[in-house]
Amino acid sequence: MSAVTSHAAPDDIDSGPAAAGTLNPAHWRDRKRYAWLLGLIVPLLPFISWGLVELTGLGVFWFYGPVLIFGVFPLLDLIVGLDASNPPDSVIKWLEQDRYYRWCTYLFLPLQYAGLVFACWMWSHGGLSTVESIGLSLTVAMVAGVAINTAHELGHKRASSERWLSRVALAQTGYGHFFIEHNRGHHVRVATPEDPASARLGESFYAFWPRTVSGSLRSAWELERVRLRRMERGPWTIRNDALSAWAMTVALFAALALVFGPVVLPYLLIQAVFGFSLLEVVNYLEHYGLRRSRREDGRYERTAPEHSWNSNNVASNVLLYHLQRHSDHHANPLRRYQALRHYDEAPQLPTGYAGMILAAVLPPVWRRVMDHRVVEHYEGDLTRANISPRAQARVLARYGPGTVAVPATDGGRSAGGVAR
Amino acid sequence: MSRYRCPACGYVYDEELGHPHEGFPPGTPFSEVPEEWHCPDCGVRDKVDFERLP
Repeated sequence: MSAVTSHAAPDDIDSGPAAAGTLNPAHWRDRKRYAWLLGLIVPLLPFISWGLVELTGLGVFWFYGPVLIFGVFPLLDLIVGLDASNPPDSVIKWLEQDRYYRWCTYLFLPLQYAGLVFACWMWSHGGLSTVESIGLSLTVAMVAGVAINTAHELGHKRASSERWLSRVALAQTGYGHFFIEHNRGHHVRVATPEDPASARLGESFYAFWPRTVSGSLRSAWELERVRLRRMERGPWTIRNDALSAWAMTVALFAALALVFGPVVLPYLLIQAVFGFSLLEVVNYLEHYGLRRSRREDGRYERTAPEHSWNSNNVASNVLLYHLQRHSDHHANPLRRYQALRHYDEAPQLPTGYAGMILAAVLPPVWRRVMDHRVVEHYEGDLTRANISPRAQARVLARYGPGTVAVPATDGGRSAGGVAR
Repeated sequence: MSRYRCPACGYVYDEELGHPHEGFPPGTPFSEVPEEWHCPDCGVRDKVDFERLP
């Protein structure tokens, strides 16, 4: 892995304007090309856990999934380090049309579902204790959560085949509405108090979780209701993309319960909840405290690199298909993962998403690591941050200069915000 | 019949084709598309940002 980590390798090419147009693929090599295949280790986790249990005779290895995501990956980020290199502008188009990269994501799906079926068999016929079965559901949940990231990559594409695969990947967590809300809700309202999936300064992950889970659900339903009303239809139709996506989950769980028995249902529920919670904890850190200001015409300024937290940690980037190059993703949502770029001006997290999700589930650690970074990002002017109304007094008492007037951030019920 | 392009991702709204999935049947003029409508492909540009193609 070290081959892809250094900042200053001789063949490291900057994508500045001077480089544009002077290069073609023949002169440039993608050093992460084969690293993307490592992402396929994640859907193999149920099998790897089984292998480790068989090898050692220790049932604790059914918990290997969360250990890998919350233990091994944060360490790998620290060991493997950063890679801020960008593909030159001249190869972006070429890089995007290379179908090899697509297959790295497509292959995730058959492995994901093979693992789920295998887990169902273990739950029903494997002779596991209840604790071991819960361990296996948490391992499956890690696959399911990372599958939402794969679905995210696929769901942003124009091809209907890729969008369909996105919905299939989401069926395991019952999060089919994510594909609707994320593309047509979150991307429109990102880094504003109106967005349920953008976390606010002072808001803990446990306060964010119910707000994003229920808000995203309502948003997806509303987007579909409005779309169907334009077609002079009500929302209760199979043409409702949210309903059809949830139907896929119901059919999947029903089929698994029929084949393996109802004993699998509680474990399917556990993996779904922890799976989508893994997505939501990533949502939590991506835009924490960041806010777009309003322009004089009342519209929000365009989403800029400064409105997403980024990281160049290689291990997490390979795990999550460059999701951490989040500013470029919000500027160019259709851009394929292998072509996403690092921006110098984007705010950077102190470590990769893997380590940051660990901090996020421990709110005192999170506040200590992140709150001052938001304050520094806004040069002490917290009127520019997306502050939680509930935590406003506490945050201002600690960081606020005490002289600035704080705008009402009342959860988006008013058209508040500061005209700048 | 005119065509309008999203300046961010290149999606083109063609009045002749409309966008049936979004609820705009073929032949729907761009002027009848609601003002708060966003690009259906990228979501990061609004109707007012679209450029009319020659």
